[in-house]
This record gives sequence, structure tokens and C-alpha cells, in this order.
Amino acid sequence: MDATATTMTSSSEASKIPVFYLADEHEHADGSSTMLGFWLYLMSDCLIFACLFATYGVLGGSFAAGPSPKDLFDLPLVALNTSMLLLSSITYGFAVLAMDKERTGQMQAWLVVTALFGAAFIGIELFEFAHMIHEGATPQRSAFLSSFFTLVGTHGLHVTVGLIWLGTLMVQVARIGLTAANKRRLMCLSMFWHFLDVVWIGVFTFVYLMGVLR
Amino acid sequence: MSTEAHVDHSRSHTADHGHHGHGGEAHATFGGYMIGFGLSVVLTAIPFWLVMSGVLASNQATALAIIAFAVVQIVVHMIFFLHMSPRSEDGWTMMALIFTLVMVLITLAGSLWVMYHLNTNMMPGHDMSQLP
Repeated sequence: MDATATTMTSSSEASKIPVFYLADEHEHADGSSTMLGFWLYLMSDCLIFACLFATYGVLGGSFAAGPSPKDLFDLPLVALNTSMLLLSSITYGFAVLAMDKERTGQMQAWLVVTALFGAAFIGIELFEFAHMIHEGATPQRSAFLSSFFTLVGTHGLHVTVGLIWLGTLMVQVARIGLTAANKRRLMCLSMFWHFLDVVWIGVFTFVYLMGVLR
Repeated sequence: MSTEAHVDHSRSHTADHGHHGHGGEAHATFGGYMIGFGLSVVLTAIPFWLVMSGVLASNQATALAIIAFAVVQIVVHMIFFLHMSPRSEDGWTMMALIFTLVMVLITLAGSLWVMYHLNTNMMPGHDMSQLP
């Protein structure tokens, strides 16, 4: 009895509460704010990498009598890795151009090429990591190696997620075609992919090249 | 009268938005991608060559040079691959970028500065009790 009384009063109170709404609510096209939102996500991702770069900058010289960058880094291999990522960036650009011209088959072909270059990048990076760990340069060895594996590993993880995303979108396009939603998703992934290339510029400059100089 | 004005107002709004949505992203062109790619290859190759051949005598000069090349290459990627422009999304992407760059600068410079001084002042043999 008591409970019903309270619900009745609360419901009658609720009906008295004025409802506010925007009188001048204008229409937004579906997904019109997605690109700006995704850009804001990329900027927040940028801050994650800034923290990891700062950590590496502080700890990068603490070798704990272990191996130094000069002993570990193989610059020709890093150059090869860099070219893989750069080539995957330009092939994604070609995929976007094909998308603009509604050439689905051509776009899918360029996406396959992009995925292959991306996979090559990850493969080379994993080979490098395995080689280092085999030599005893594990993340536990020194503060330098901990921060190195965290920074470069986080970037590699991003590329791996990008590859999974790329595969998902290729299946999506194959199933429902180049709809407006799929085009929007492909443009988001394009920004993500190019952004990872920008982060890699920082990695090869500050970690690999300046590590060898040190 | 007033409703008419209202309808007119909302219509101009949607038209405006449609326009922005279109002009929001600069259109990708084949030429733009190729210029960006060519510049990136050059701007990547030179730092690697500088370090691997050791052309510059001092390490400090080499380090400054490769940082300069990295900054230029990041700008090239922003313009030709990410299609950044001050006009995209009414300038909001640029605002977010500038804010992020300030945060990145504070994070990097602040961490390095503070930790460098901490290391210098905490050197072994540096007896803090002798300080006035």
C-alpha cells in the first residue's frame, strides 16, 4: 500500500516537471560528425604516444650494463621496415582514389596490397623483436629495453588492429558494397593508417637513428 | 509569419551543413599523393643516409638535422596524406591539433627537463647533507 502511494506521488510529480528541448534543433546528416570525432580520438592517441616517447626519452639511456642501441639496432632492417609502412600508406591512398571513383574491385585490390605491406611491416618487427629477445635483450633486461618494447610494441599493436579493421572492412564492402557508411569507415581507417605512419616517423628518428648516434 | 521565418532559417542551416560536409575534407588527388610520397621517400632516405654514413662530423649536428627532417616529414604527411587544412571541419581539426601539439610539447619537454635535473642532482657522491 505504502509503496503504491509513493509511486503515485512520484509519477504525479514527474508529470509536473517541465520538459526542456531545443526549439531550434536542426538536422544533421547521418555521420556528419564522425570524421571530427575520429580526429579527436587520433589526437588522444597522440597523447598516449607522447607519454611513451617521454618515458623512452627519460629511460633510453639506462642500459643497466646491458646492451645499448648500437649493439641491438640493425638500421638496414629498420629502413626496410620504414619503406614497408610508407608503401602501405601510398597504396591506401590509391584505394581511397579508387573509392572516390566508385571502382570497388580496384579499391579492394589496393586494400589487399596495403594489407600485405602492413603484414610485412609487422612480420619484420616481430622478427626483430624475436632476434633481440633471443640475444637476451628482453624487456626485463634494462629500463631502456622496457621503454623500447613498450613504445615500439604499442605502435605495432596499433598496426595489427589496423590490419584487423582493414580485413573487416573488406568483408563489409564485399557483402554490402560501397555504401555511404562503408565509405565513412574507410575514410576513418585511412586517417588511422596515415596517423600510424606519422607516429613511425617519430619512432625511427628518436628511437632508432638517435639511438645509434648516442 | 514567424513560422515561415523559422522554416526558412532551418532550411538555410541544413544547406549550410551540407556544404560543410562536402568541403570538410580536402579532396584526395593522385598528384597530391604522389607529391607526398616522393617527398616522404626523400625525407626518410636522407636521415638514414646521414646516420649510416656518418657524413657530418659531430653527432649533435646529425641529431639536429634528422630531427629537422622528421618535423618536415610529419608536416608533409599531415598535408598530403591526412589532408589537413585550416578550413576542414570549420577549423576544429586544426584547433584540436594545436591543442594536442601543445600537450605533447609540455609532456616531452617537461619530462626530459625535470628528469635530467633530477639525475644531475641525485648523482652518487653528491652529498645532500653538506648543502646549506
